[in-house]
Parts: sequence; structure tokens; C-alpha cells
Amino acid sequence: MVEQTGMAAGVSERSTAVHKGARYAAAIVGAVAVGSVLAIAADTRWIYLLVYVWFGLVYGLFLQYGRFCMASAVRDLFAVGVPRMAVGVLIAVALYSLTAAAVTVAGFSTFHPNAMGWHVLIGGAIFGFGIIFTGGCASSSLYKTGEGNLGALLVVVSISFSQAVMVAAGGWLNWFVTASWTESAIAKDMPEELAVTETWFDQFLAGHIWDLKSTTVAQMLGMQDPVIAAFVGNALLSAILPTAALLIALYYLAYRKGYLRRKGIQHAGLREDVRGIWSMFTSSRNTAIAGLGLGIFAGLQMWVTGALREHYRIFNFGELLADMGYTEGLSLQYTVFEPGYWYITTQEAQWGGWVLNKLGVENMNNIFFGLDNGLPNPLINAPGFMSIGIILGAAVLALTRREFKWKVPSLETATFAIVGGILMGIGARIAMGCNIGAFFATVTNGDLSGWVFLVGMAAGGYIGVRLFNWWIDWRASRNDELAL
Amino acid sequence: MAVKFEKTGDGSYMLDVCGYVCPQPQMYTKKALQKLGVGDVLTVVFDNPSSGESIISMCESDGNDLFDQNNQNGTSSWKIRKGG
Repeated sequence: MVEQTGMAAGVSERSTAVHKGARYAAAIVGAVAVGSVLAIAADTRWIYLLVYVWFGLVYGLFLQYGRFCMASAVRDLFAVGVPRMAVGVLIAVALYSLTAAAVTVAGFSTFHPNAMGWHVLIGGAIFGFGIIFTGGCASSSLYKTGEGNLGALLVVVSISFSQAVMVAAGGWLNWFVTASWTESAIAKDMPEELAVTETWFDQFLAGHIWDLKSTTVAQMLGMQDPVIAAFVGNALLSAILPTAALLIALYYLAYRKGYLRRKGIQHAGLREDVRGIWSMFTSSRNTAIAGLGLGIFAGLQMWVTGALREHYRIFNFGELLADMGYTEGLSLQYTVFEPGYWYITTQEAQWGGWVLNKLGVENMNNIFFGLDNGLPNPLINAPGFMSIGIILGAAVLALTRREFKWKVPSLETATFAIVGGILMGIGARIAMGCNIGAFFATVTNGDLSGWVFLVGMAAGGYIGVRLFNWWIDWRASRNDELAL
Repeated sequence: MAVKFEKTGDGSYMLDVCGYVCPQPQMYTKKALQKLGVGDVLTVVFDNPSSGESIISMCESDGNDLFDQNNQNGTSSWKIRKGG
């Protein structure tokens, strides 16, 4: 009887929540729409920035729908033996590579391969270690913020500041700089406004990274035909085949045993294994759908941004901002960071950098902010608005799915969020990108450096999980209430 | 806010990991299930949606029966019967 009353109360609460959540979700979309109309009314050129806002919103919907999380992919595999997210992300890689190839063939890809070197492995490992403690990767921290998770917001803030400090700091960090980096950086003859020999990152970038090779599979194999280069070289060889190999390995290592037991199969032949692999795929369906959706929309965003650049006869949003009278925060080349597609960490570095700059820190005399990305006010930072769009899009779906809940982190969660976020920021800058910029966007465009990042990330993640496991056991042993 | 794991009756246990984010809810659930005997029921209360997906897969692959999923206003209360 008691149980029945509880259930009835639960049902009525649920239907109210749906109603209220859906109303809030509609209010968010309405507010973004009204804001967009007001911005266009003020100056039609804001359409360029609004494209980032609305694509961000769509990315947020997909990320929350698929619970797309690279941290979960690595961590759940090692921590609880669940390959679901790893499988989902890998299928997403394969599908995304096809849309990336189509975008390249159509001629509006804005992708540039990353430099290959030890830094990718080391940065990936630091990043992978950090994500175990934050509970999310760079992109999932944004979508989880949209679910009301304030600990995830703390991760975003932490990544922002640690990157901003990393790219502008000198002092003891210069201990990591070799004499040959300094020499090579000086030889690059950078503009005199930049103090390239003062910060470690500038010397690392100009004196080391710029001297490394970056290439795609199609370029390596000398593929001339653009369609073959994109679909065979960069999609099939760089993304789909390695993905297939990893998926088969995951099936045998983490899925097969449980599957055969559930089905009561004693001796499996090829037919059972094919069915098992398919079952593994379908259990990761939502993440795969999210990956496909993200791929299609990222391609679409490149196309729309390309068309707008042509329309305004610009190469970069910075020129448009200058035309509109906003020159503060532009780089020496009158540019700002604007990748034209799904990207996460660089704009977060700009947020942190902008705040530090306003607090009186001189951080425009380095290559990262001063020459390349600029430090625009967050109110006119287009990719920054894409990140805000991701948070809002995720909030819209979480509210409609009754999954939104304000969650204030405990001291333990907050500490992990800040420390893990700092490590993620450091790792992302060393590796020249996060799990999206250094892995997802690279391997899907023929750049094998992303697989090196994944190896580093998995190794860092494995060590992180071991340490986390130890932490949980230690905590449980000191707490009678837990006694796990 | 702390993790709570307690025996609530004969063969029934409760694990409350509200306020905790990935990977803690799924890791605590796995550890708690290891403590249970075959046929015992664990009620997991958590409010981190993505952990739910991991718990579903974990139960599937370990042969535990997730027989009740109650979700209200962002908080989930799921019942798992430990399999053999």
C-alpha cells in the first residue's frame, strides 16, 4: 500500500516535471532566438557570430543525446569493464570521417593537420590522466554543465585558466626549453611585439612544433585524385580501418564473454561472433548517432562559415570585427580564433586569458594570443559562443528529458574538478588540442597524430583509473558507513 | 554529502551516490555489487545521468538483473538483483 502511494506520487511529480522542464527548454530556445534577432537588428554582420551560437546549440543537443564523452570511453573500459562509450566513439569516428571526406571533396574544409611528435603522446597522457578525475572530457564537461552540473562548470573554468597561464608563462617553465628550441625560435624572425624567448610555450611552438612535420595519409601516399585522397586515404585508411581493428579487439577483450553467457552459447562460431559484434554496436547506438550528427553538422558549419567568408570577402572573423569597429583583442594579424567547426579548448583558453588580461596580466605578447588567436572580449568571441551554445543545447535536451538537476559539487568533487581541469589544460596545450581538436578532428581527416594522442590518453587514463580505484578503497576503509 | 552504503533489510542493500559524478557512481556500484550475495537486491540512488548508461552495460555484461528504473527530476533510483 505504502509503495503504491509512493508510485502514484512519483507519477504526478513526473508529469509536472515534464511540463516545467519543457517550458524552461522552450524559454532557452526563445531567448536565443530573441537575442539573435536583436543582434541582427543592430548589425546584420553579427550573423557570422550567430552561426557559431546555433551550431553550438545543435552540438549540445547531440552531445547530451549520445552522452558523448571521451573520458567515459577510456575510463569505463578500465574502471568497470564497460566498452559501450569506447565503441560509440569509435563508430562515431568512422562515420564522421566520411562526412569530413565529403566536406574536403566539396572544397570547404578548414582542417589543418597537427604536427607529429613526442609532445602529442605526452600531452595526451597528461590530458588522459586529468579526465579521470574531472569525470568528463573537454566536450562532455560542457554538455554536463548544461545538465546543471556545477562541478563540470568548474572543470571548464579550470581548463580555461590553466591553458591561459600555460601559453603565457615563463619563469621556471623555461627549464623545459632546450637551447635548440630557443635558437630555432629566434631564427623565425617573429614580429618585435612578441617576446618569443621569454615564455616556454612560444619557444616550444616556434622552436619545436613548427619544425616538425604534419601530414595526412593521402599526402603521405601521394594520392592525387581528390576523391580517392579524401575517401580512401583520409577516411578509410586513417579512420575506418584502425577503428574496425580496435572495435574487434574491444569485442574480444571486453564484450564477447558477457554476450555469449547472456545468450547461453557454449562454443561460438563466426556467425555468433558477427551477431555479438552487431549487438555491441547497437548497445552504443545513441553515441554513434550523436557522432554521425556531429559530423554532418560540423561539415555543414564549415560550409556555412565558408559561404559567409566569401560573402563578406574575409579570411577571418577578425577582419569583420575590425570593420565593425571592434579592434581590441585582435591579434597582430587582425585575426581571432575561429575554426569554422566543432572545437572546444582554444576558446576556453581565450576566456581565461581575457580575464587575466583585464586583471593586468600582460599576455598579448605571446604567439598563442598575440599572433594567432587574439584575446577578444567574450561578448564578441564567436567560438566562445559556440561553447555557450553547447551548454544551452544540452540544457534544452536535459530539461525535456527530465534529466536536468542543479548539482553543487562537494569539496572532494570540486578539488578533483579543479586539479583535473588544470591537468587537462596543460595536456591540451602540449598536445596542441583536446580529445576533439587533437584526436577526433585529426584522425577523421587523415592525420595519424590523433591515434598517437589516443594512445597517450588511454595510458594516462589507465594510470588515473588505478589511482582513483585506490582512492575509493582508501576512503571506504576509513568510513564505517561505506564499508565496501 | 557522502556516499552511503547500508543494509536495508534481509538481502537488500542501498547505495546512495547522489552528488557524485563519473566515474564514482558506476565504480561504487560495481564495488557494492561485489559485496552482495547471489539474489540480493541493491538499490542505487544517483543523479549523474551518464553513469546510468554505464550501470546498464555493467549489469548486462556481468549478468546482474536491473529490474526497476525509477527516474524523477534528475534523480534515479534503480534496483539491481545480483546474478549468479
